[in-house]
Amino acid sequence: MKNDKKEVLYGLYDDEEQLMTAVKKAKSDHLEIMDVYSPFPIHGLDPVMGLSESRLHIAGFVYGAIGALFGFGFMTWVFTRDWPIIFGGKPYWSVLSFIPITFELTVLFASVGMVVTFYTICGMWPGAKNPTLDNRLTDDKFCIAFQTNGASTQEVDQLRSFFSATGASEVNEKEL
Amino acid sequence: MSTVVSPIREPLIEGGKTYHDITEDIAAPTERTPSVAWVLAFMVAVSGLALYVFCLGWTIWNGIGTWNLNRTIGWGWDITNFVWWIGIGHAGTLISAILLLFRQKWRTGVNRAAEAMTIFAVMCAGQFPLIHMGRIWLAFFIFPYPNTRGPLWVNFNSPLLWDVFAISTYFTVSLLFWYTGLVPDLATLRDRSKGLRRKLYDFFSFGWTGSAKHWQRWESLSLVLAGLATPLVLSVHTIVSFDFATSVIPGWHTTIFPPYFVAGAIFSGFAMVQTLMVLTRKVLNLQEYITLSHIESMNKVILVTGSIVGVAYLTELFIAWYSGYIYEQFAFYNRVFGPYYWAYIGMMSCNVLSPQIFWFKKIRRSIFWTFVMSIFVNIGMWFERFVIIATTLARDYLPSSWSYYSPTWVEIGLFVGTLGLFFTLYLIFVRVAPVIAIAEVKAILKSAGDQFTGAKAQQHEGAQQQAH
Repeated sequence: MKNDKKEVLYGLYDDEEQLMTAVKKAKSDHLEIMDVYSPFPIHGLDPVMGLSESRLHIAGFVYGAIGALFGFGFMTWVFTRDWPIIFGGKPYWSVLSFIPITFELTVLFASVGMVVTFYTICGMWPGAKNPTLDNRLTDDKFCIAFQTNGASTQEVDQLRSFFSATGASEVNEKEL
Repeated sequence: MSTVVSPIREPLIEGGKTYHDITEDIAAPTERTPSVAWVLAFMVAVSGLALYVFCLGWTIWNGIGTWNLNRTIGWGWDITNFVWWIGIGHAGTLISAILLLFRQKWRTGVNRAAEAMTIFAVMCAGQFPLIHMGRIWLAFFIFPYPNTRGPLWVNFNSPLLWDVFAISTYFTVSLLFWYTGLVPDLATLRDRSKGLRRKLYDFFSFGWTGSAKHWQRWESLSLVLAGLATPLVLSVHTIVSFDFATSVIPGWHTTIFPPYFVAGAIFSGFAMVQTLMVLTRKVLNLQEYITLSHIESMNKVILVTGSIVGVAYLTELFIAWYSGYIYEQFAFYNRVFGPYYWAYIGMMSCNVLSPQIFWFKKIRRSIFWTFVMSIFVNIGMWFERFVIIATTLARDYLPSSWSYYSPTWVEIGLFVGTLGLFFTLYLIFVRVAPVIAIAEVKAILKSAGDQFTGAKAQQHEGAQQQAH
């Protein structure tokens, strides 16, 4: 039977500055980092890890544009095509008074769309079970994880010496 | 230390905390058995909630004839309460969104509780217009859905409908913003708990792992939501003010209303945040995270917005006189010297005069005076809305239909009851979720912790150098 579980070797650090140095060293040693976990966002980590910028805000812009067009278009359709009514002697297509609702729908669509997208691409939903490496990763530990499926003893030893060289306080193995 | 922090800058986290201390301190209130103070407060709040349910049932069963509204004064305590609660609901998003964009680090100590407060306040606000409709079971008519009456659509030109969209959008976006910020902290609670608690927090933390890519997206999401929520929070009270400003009633029909309402909303929202924070930090023992410097910052906001509101009151009077329009002049004369003069005095003294004591640093940093002032401002801002609504309506165009209005027990019960609802929700919140954003406080520890900045940091560094 094929084992589709990930074998992970991970090291825990006590401080985010140590972690940053370690990630830089891993990059220069050409070690392939599976992931980095931390209890809070670490600024400056993404470029060091080589993570490309999130494109979530572009999605947000698209959702917002859809919201604006939908809101304005719907009100236009209602008041010029479907059921035109004169309010206070103003024109059917009274653009100015459509602005507040158009704005609200822009914000609503952009926010809801972005939040749904965020949880979907992160694989998160109510009750989602994403395995974690250590309970202290949401408390005070910072972790670098390497995937070791099919790695030779020599490669694993190289990773272990990397951890001891960069000052990891603990090194463990776990299957995810 | 890698980051450079000015030693003059006051620390925002005291007590030389480590990351683990932060987790322990903030998670503790959700993990220990509730204190006597909490139980007593909860009993009082639930009694208020019971009163609310009773008065709501009474109103719906018997109709709004049980209120003292009449043909002249169609908006009374109900709409006053609505605007008051919506105003209170502005501080949360202001703190979390606008202060995030301005990179104000002190927001991390208070943003979580303020956002929760926003959500609960909007919940209290939203029902007043609904029950005011009279037939609440037809409340869904306010949404433009394809119906069998044509379809006959709602009036998109009406500010009352704009309000529906503004408030429902505001509630949704605030809820999403708050919850997304909460998810990493719920994961912290999950990883500390066992048994049923662990299962529950597992469910509500959405499987958060703390992966670098997730944090990156989370930050990007927070920033864009803040960017969206900033104009949103300004738009909501602007649109609430349109309910009045787009009418042709002298005293309401003024262009100053949107900025004046927004300033008033921030003012009252911060006052309610102060009321809650002064109590929360004491009862939950979080004085090291919600420090005097946080309280002082918020008192400065109260001073500024209170003064803006004061300028708006005086501008209104000046413009009424300067307009040369006798109906406008009468409306404002009546506001100050008419039958509701006592409400005007309450408004002026609580909102404009009393916050001026915050010019003194000693008073800005006094817990006692902060609490007293926060209550004053809450009262003053309720009077402001009552002054705008009731005094204006009481003296309309036809002297034969002039009237006076005082509430019935049902209306008073509904108002007191929403306070019960609000505090019940808040007290439950402090028991089940971290009141302070754990991850965000950890992220500023190295630039705002007292071992890294301020007077103590220099001693600390000196001691370290000696040790070497």
